[in-house]
Amino acid sequence: MKKKILPRLSSLLSLSSAFLLAGCDWDTLNPKGVIGVQEKSLILTSTYAMLLVVVPVIVLTLLFAWQYRQSNTSAEYLPKWSHSNKIEIVIWVVPSLIILFLAVLTYQTCMSLDPYRPIDEEANVKPIHVDVVALDWKWLFVYPDEGIATVNQMAFPVNTPVEFRITSDSVMNSFFIPQLGSMVYAMAGMQTQLHLISNEAGNYAGESANFSGRGFSDMRFRALALSNDDYAAWVQKVKASSEQLDSSNYPKLAAPSEANPVEYFSHAEPGLFDGIVAKYNNGMVMDKSTGKMMHVQSAMSDMNMKE
Amino acid sequence: MAHDMTVDAAHAHDEHHESPVVFGFWLYLMTDCLIFGTLFAVFAVMRNQFAGGPTGKELFDLSGVGIETAILLVSSITYGFGMISAHQNKLGTMRMWLAVTFLLGLGFLFMEIREFSHMVAEGNGPDRSAFLSSFFTLVGTHGLHVTCGLLWMAVLMVQSTGKTVLSERMMNKLTCLSLFWHFLDIVWICVFTFVYLMSVI
Amino acid sequence: MLGKLSWSDIPFDVPILVGTFAGAAIAGLAVLGLITYYGKWGYLWKEWLTSVDHKRLGVMYIVLALVALFRGFADAIMMRSQLALAYAGNPGYLPPHHYDQIFSAHGTIMIFFMAMAFMTGLMNVIVPLQIGARDVAFPFLNSLSFWMTTVSFVLINVSLFIGEFSQCGWLAYPPLSESQFSPGVGVDYYIWAVQLSGVGTLLTGVNFFTTIVKMRAPGMTYMKMPVFTWTIFCTTVLIMVAFPILTVALGLLGLDRYLGMHFFTNDGGGNQMLYLSVIWAWGHPEVYILILPAFGAFSEITQTFSRKPLFGYNTMVYATCSIMVLSLVVWVHHFFTMGAGPNVNAFFGIMTMIIAIPTGVKIFNWLFTMYKGRVEFHATMYWVIGFMITFTIGGMTGVMLAIPAADFVLHNSLFVIAHFHNVIIGGVYFGYVAAMNFWFPKAFGFKLNEAWGKRAFWFWFIGFYFAFMPLYVLGFMGMTRRMNHYDNPDWYPWLLVAEFGAVLIACGIVCQLTQLYVSIRDRNLAENRDLTGDPWNARTLEWSTSSPPPFYNFAVVPTVHDLDAFAHDKEAGIDTRAAGADYQPIHMPKNTSAGFFVGAFSLVLGFAAIWYIWWLAAIGLIGVIATVIARSSNNDVDYYVPVSEVARIENEHTRNLMAAQAAE
Repeated sequence: MKKKILPRLSSLLSLSSAFLLAGCDWDTLNPKGVIGVQEKSLILTSTYAMLLVVVPVIVLTLLFAWQYRQSNTSAEYLPKWSHSNKIEIVIWVVPSLIILFLAVLTYQTCMSLDPYRPIDEEANVKPIHVDVVALDWKWLFVYPDEGIATVNQMAFPVNTPVEFRITSDSVMNSFFIPQLGSMVYAMAGMQTQLHLISNEAGNYAGESANFSGRGFSDMRFRALALSNDDYAAWVQKVKASSEQLDSSNYPKLAAPSEANPVEYFSHAEPGLFDGIVAKYNNGMVMDKSTGKMMHVQSAMSDMNMKE
Repeated sequence: MAHDMTVDAAHAHDEHHESPVVFGFWLYLMTDCLIFGTLFAVFAVMRNQFAGGPTGKELFDLSGVGIETAILLVSSITYGFGMISAHQNKLGTMRMWLAVTFLLGLGFLFMEIREFSHMVAEGNGPDRSAFLSSFFTLVGTHGLHVTCGLLWMAVLMVQSTGKTVLSERMMNKLTCLSLFWHFLDIVWICVFTFVYLMSVI
Repeated sequence: MLGKLSWSDIPFDVPILVGTFAGAAIAGLAVLGLITYYGKWGYLWKEWLTSVDHKRLGVMYIVLALVALFRGFADAIMMRSQLALAYAGNPGYLPPHHYDQIFSAHGTIMIFFMAMAFMTGLMNVIVPLQIGARDVAFPFLNSLSFWMTTVSFVLINVSLFIGEFSQCGWLAYPPLSESQFSPGVGVDYYIWAVQLSGVGTLLTGVNFFTTIVKMRAPGMTYMKMPVFTWTIFCTTVLIMVAFPILTVALGLLGLDRYLGMHFFTNDGGGNQMLYLSVIWAWGHPEVYILILPAFGAFSEITQTFSRKPLFGYNTMVYATCSIMVLSLVVWVHHFFTMGAGPNVNAFFGIMTMIIAIPTGVKIFNWLFTMYKGRVEFHATMYWVIGFMITFTIGGMTGVMLAIPAADFVLHNSLFVIAHFHNVIIGGVYFGYVAAMNFWFPKAFGFKLNEAWGKRAFWFWFIGFYFAFMPLYVLGFMGMTRRMNHYDNPDWYPWLLVAEFGAVLIACGIVCQLTQLYVSIRDRNLAENRDLTGDPWNARTLEWSTSSPPPFYNFAVVPTVHDLDAFAHDKEAGIDTRAAGADYQPIHMPKNTSAGFFVGAFSLVLGFAAIWYIWWLAAIGLIGVIATVIARSSNNDVDYYVPVSEVARIENEHTRNLMAAQAAE
């Protein structure tokens, strides 16, 4: 028994240490923006806190099982012993303290990492706005400030907060760029919000994190974090596209397609996003700043569900 | 069940403690209560989701619903009279009261179905809006329970025919149905208040 | 005439399914042929299929669970193989249409028909014996529950060969599961199968709660109840609270699909978030419905094989009850990323991690049960120790997921898959298998082979780590669940490791089957037979009966003096059985086929409704009602076992006991 357990224990420990070292390359443990960085440190802190009790439990399990094995008649045997106030106090208090610590951490990070909270680390930089629509099975990105739209590729300048409004014109999806941090669900008729930032230039993988049907596996996009100049050039490249997106050709785009290539639209009809939300809400959309429902005048919302 | 054999006191515990049937049925009713509770919660979420369709205020006729309520309340009382007769072993009277209860329940169902078919005929069926979906489902689930209760009542009336004494098993069944019927009454009061009254006011 | 059903719904074009069907048909015919050949139909029908004996129903539940395990695992290894292949442009061998059905079926079958059936089987076999009762409160309902569960499993397997199964995951989130996006019959199969089995589960909950409250042996106060019974008690409470909510959730989804309602649709005012809330208000308690009985089994096994009473019985009871209560207020942690406010997320996150406290206390209690004991490394103890190590890790990752801000990057990733397999395999499955090894001699009168039991353990234990530790890594790498193919080169090696782990687990299952085979083959060897009824020198009442127990369990209802009633009696020299006492006639229920027929008609109803064959559905429904009325009108439902019969059975066991004692 001993021969089997001890190597297993050491391999387990070496596995877990290898795990923490190698972790440096894994997407969510190799974050590129402050949100992701904070989430990584939260994961590590909470793991260490819990290892304080997890490691002793595993060690004691093996130790007790071995020490008090039937054949070890030299070990003390108390066939009636089944209660000890001291031990009971310890086993209630120690986990409680760890959970208390984690609860405080949870509360603080719930507030600071709320996806709806604007990022104030770069308060002097004007954020850029991106409206995201999950379609079957591709991502549509509308840049309301630039008046452009893209499919399955998005870009933003580094060190600039990005404010996402997210909805779906199909089933439920989840918008996720692992190396930048938080994900949020995309749901038809609703708009969820997300604030992300990249502090390093790069080309990051983006995906849907909620199963959405046949074409789900290919519902991926690239998120390009670019320098200010490169971002401007990217916007120009999109604006040079001959394609435009409006309510007349939107249904064609929204029709189910799998492994959709990247597309650029030099012009996106204003109110496109609001219209997509509103068509599931009798033409109403919630105004982000006031929280009130407003009527949307848009060709989109009139399309309703009849298509 | 009560055989003429002699059982010692220790053993009597095993054979003659109260039947668990009523307790078990009561538990079942609690789970049923959770079904209705969840449906009420769903209705609370959906109550303003008219999707451009009619509101409760435009649809509900309180006087009709008032009559339904009255019928159901009276039927609870008549069932109670039936139970009193059952306890007194007056089986003929009991069946009479059960029949009255049955007819009242039937009347309630008839009115409910008429209300439903009216709404559907005007294009305000359960597929019109989330509000109407949850309305039809909540009220319809109650109606389905009433239907089951009526079927059960009919079966018990038939089963008790020709008997002079009610067996313990039969008495348990009558008690369970009694619980069920009063429970439906309470649920209906909630339906009347939260669905009809609050939509109209 | 046949609704939506047509020849084109039979998947002749999918070779895997045709092969499976041929295999299942041949195996099925072989079994039927053997039964006919040996003339066992009458025996099977009279003694098993129409039985209302809780022990036999329990055995049938566990057989069902093992069949479901087989089916569910076949799904699992197909998924792992797909992901070990479908890399960098290779589409693998399962197109999304097929793959999506497989992962939906895997989850549905493993939870509802493997784990739930296994758990129900264990509680059936053990609880009445453990509380000194002669049967459950409602024996007929017990049979009905079993048949509802069984026909639901049949229905799910019918979907393999007629039509298709759901492609929306095991919880069928709308709007994907609405008819707009899933117009086929797959989701309808899912809804009907789960709803019908839900009826069975709910009745089981009511039945066993009543049994435990009303039928405990005299002297068994609540704080003298064995821990396993306590955990079942809490589980039945959770069943009664949670399953009605599941019924509503799936009922509303069904109304959306069948009658065009708008509960969870995109349009018409529907609200998909409501579905998540309602389904998880069931789904999270469900997890504890499964794990609590496993905790109970671990407690019984640890104390028996440590040769000591359980450490901290009171604490164990309080911990179980607090887990029961807390499990009802944590469901939102399944959708922290839906945009709820930070306060809501923080509340549900903290409530979730509070559950870790009583759970941790339980682990420490088992630890200190071994402490200063005499731990016998019986095969069941392997599972216990494997559980304590594995489950602790699963608990840790569970708390990580409970922190909303950490969940924001881990949600729906393979990290979540790794976590819940970590607790469901490492906790629930290990527990049930340990329980099966532990109580098997009680149900059958002979022990399971230990060598094969230990081999099964090692394959499962090591296989588990190979299969699921890589998924934690893949979760950190941003791989989401339910992917059919991918092109990220970093993921590939980890998925190969996971595939290897699945193969090891397959070996574990083969070892378990071999264990069953070898044990049955060698059942008459002296060292395997259990003549005393107490092969492990255990502590609770079920071990005071013969193995297998007489159908009436106890000739004389035992009187309980202390916690661990049987251990107390053995020590005090009291004969718990009261052998040779002045026996009385025993009142017992008669077997009935009503449960079988209600189940069969429900199957007809479900199948017909799935395919919109309304005349057939009407026949099914009328059949169900008519059977219930017929049962209610039948007054010939019970009888008395004569004293001579009781004395004959009891004296035979007394002789066995004396022979066993003389042999020692």
